[in-house]
Amino acid sequence: MLKLKFLLPLLLFVMLAVFLAVGLRLNPKDIPSPLIDKPAPAFSLPILATPEKTLSQQDLKGRVWLLNVWASWCVSCRQEHPLLLELAKLKRATIVGLNYKDQAQAAGQWLQQLGNPYDTSIMDADGRVGIDYGVYGVPETFVVDKRGVIRYKHTGPVEPGDIERIFLPLLQTLNQEPA
Amino acid sequence: MNKVITLVLCLLALPGWAVVEYHPFEDPNKEQAYQTLISELRCLVCQNQTIADSNADLAKDLRQQVYDMLQQGKSQQDVVDFMTRRYGDFVMYRPALTMKTGLLWLGPIAFLLIGIVTVVLLTRHKKAAAQTALNSQQQTRLNELLQQGEED
Repeated sequence: MLKLKFLLPLLLFVMLAVFLAVGLRLNPKDIPSPLIDKPAPAFSLPILATPEKTLSQQDLKGRVWLLNVWASWCVSCRQEHPLLLELAKLKRATIVGLNYKDQAQAAGQWLQQLGNPYDTSIMDADGRVGIDYGVYGVPETFVVDKRGVIRYKHTGPVEPGDIERIFLPLLQTLNQEPA
Repeated sequence: MNKVITLVLCLLALPGWAVVEYHPFEDPNKEQAYQTLISELRCLVCQNQTIADSNADLAKDLRQQVYDMLQQGKSQQDVVDFMTRRYGDFVMYRPALTMKTGLLWLGPIAFLLIGIVTVVLLTRHKKAAAQTALNSQQQTRLNELLQQGEED
């Protein structure tokens, strides 16, 4: 009994240290999205390449698609860009770019210089659709299944290894699901 | 000296310039709701600021969103629902009490209770210990008795 009394502070300290150590490793920017397993919010936005035409989430029904939020002013987007190009080559999903609070000309130039991983890019000039998707830090990537339900959200740039570790397995499962 | 005072006053006035945009209200109740909401919604870009405090682009957009919704006649609760549906409970500085946020709300009370119980138990233990101990008079008397016993 006496022994336990002396060990208790040590045990409490170890517990606290473990909690703090775990806390330090968590990414405070990684906030769980309430949109997971909810239908992708509706949008109908002009296409970057052909602004007279629009794309809506309805047009993508029956397909597994990615919504990658990007902007030419976004520095980390540059960092993840080569990885998106790599993913686009594998053709496992339709990649839609949500060009967030950007200027069409700057966005077009960016794609010309760095390559275009997107099947389509749409322009969210005032960021209104961004609010509907709960975007708070560009870049963000949503994975949407064939029924139009958001299945995964990646906050921040896609890092090397994420494609093999997260995206490819997820896309494989989603592609096997019935439409 | 006067120059120093002027400089200090100018520096003190700096936050006054930080007010970014002006949202005119005709209804004072709506204005009140607007002020309450923007000082309770968290800016997710700079997580320790409300959207009233933050200069981030997103905070500006969200203030506009709150303003637009209130002007459309939406209630304060409508705005809160709108925000939590998109950004989660984290967007509220004081999230609603649900299963998910229960630990956040009740955790401190639980720790307080643990603390009170510990203190009560410890003081009781000490009191009991103090009561069984002999005072110096009793101790001398005890020694006397013991000595007598040995002598007999």
